[in-house]
Amino acid sequence: MHERKVHAYDSEVTFSALAIAAPLVGGALIGLAASVVLFAHGKVAGISGIFGGLFQREAAAEAGALGAPADQAYRIAFVAGLLAAGLALGALQPGAFAGLNPPPVSLPLVAVAGVLVGFGTRLGGGCTSGHGICGIARFSGRSIVATLTFMATGAVTVFVVRHLLTGAP
Amino acid sequence: MTTAESASLRPAHVTRTTYNATSFGAGALFGIGLGISGMTNPQKVLGFLDVTGAWDPSLAFVMMAALAVHITLSRVIRRRGMPLFDRTFHFPTRKEIDAPLVVGAALFGVGWGLAGFCPGPALVSLASAKAPAIVFVASMTVGMMLQHATRRAPGNSASPSQPAS
Repeated sequence: MHERKVHAYDSEVTFSALAIAAPLVGGALIGLAASVVLFAHGKVAGISGIFGGLFQREAAAEAGALGAPADQAYRIAFVAGLLAAGLALGALQPGAFAGLNPPPVSLPLVAVAGVLVGFGTRLGGGCTSGHGICGIARFSGRSIVATLTFMATGAVTVFVVRHLLTGAP
Repeated sequence: MTTAESASLRPAHVTRTTYNATSFGAGALFGIGLGISGMTNPQKVLGFLDVTGAWDPSLAFVMMAALAVHITLSRVIRRRGMPLFDRTFHFPTRKEIDAPLVVGAALFGVGWGLAGFCPGPALVSLASAKAPAIVFVASMTVGMMLQHATRRAPGNSASPSQPAS
C-alpha cells in the first residue's frame, strides 16, 4: 500500500490500481443494488432465488429457501434488468464478455457446470449474491458456512482441473 | 383491483408498475456492477479460484466493496422498520446448518469452478448471445427444475407441494 504513494506515476503501479478500482466500483454497485431491493421491496437480492422461483409453482416458491413471497412479475423484472445490463455492457464495454471467446471450457463441460450450479444453488438456498453478499451482510451463520463451502469446492475444482488433470503449473 | 392486490403484501399506494420498475432498475444496477467488476469474465473467476496457481485476487475486492456498502446501507434501511413498498422485510428465517445447505453449496462451488459462472453473471452474459452463456443458463435452468422436482418438504405439512413441472 505504501509503495503506491511513493511511486504514484509508475505505470505498473497505476495498472494495479486500475485492476483494483474496477472490482471495487463494480462491487459497490452490487452492494447498492442489493440495498435498493432491501429498501424498496424488503427482499434479499439472491439471484438464484429470484431466477429459480420463476420455475416453481407460486405456492412452492412461497416456502422457498429465501422466504420471499412469490411474485413472478417482480422476478421477471429483475432478470430483465440483468439482461438489459448485459446489452448495455455489450455495447459500451465489450471487454466484459471477452472471457467467453474462446469459451473457458468445452461446451459439454459448461453444460455439466450449469446443471451443478442450478441444482446446488436451489438445494443450498442461495448463490454468490444471496449467501455471499446479502447473507454475510446479515452475519447469517448459514450464509457464512455456504460461502466458505462453495469457495472451497470451487478452488478445489480449479486445482483438480488446472493442476491435476492438465498438469499446468 | 386494490383490495385483490393486498395478497401480495404491497401497500395500496404502491402501484404494480412502480414495484416492478424498481425491481428492473435494481437488476440493471446489479448487472452493471457485475460487468464492471469482472465477474462476467469466467477466465477471471477461474483465476480468482486458482489459489494454488496464478492466483488473481482482484475479485476479492468485489465482495469486500459489495459487503461494505450493503452492510452499511442495510443497517440504515432496517432501522426504518419497514421497506418502502411493503409492510415487512422478508428475511430467511432458517437458522440450522443442515446437509442440504452444505451439499448444495458444495455442488454449486464445483460447477462454479468448472466453468467460472455463477447465476448472476451468467444471466448478464446471456445478453451477449454467446454459446457458453446460452448453454450455461439453459443447463442451470434444467438443474434448478431438477432440484424442484426432487424437493421434499421435510416436516412441512403446511405446503401440499406437488412436483414443480
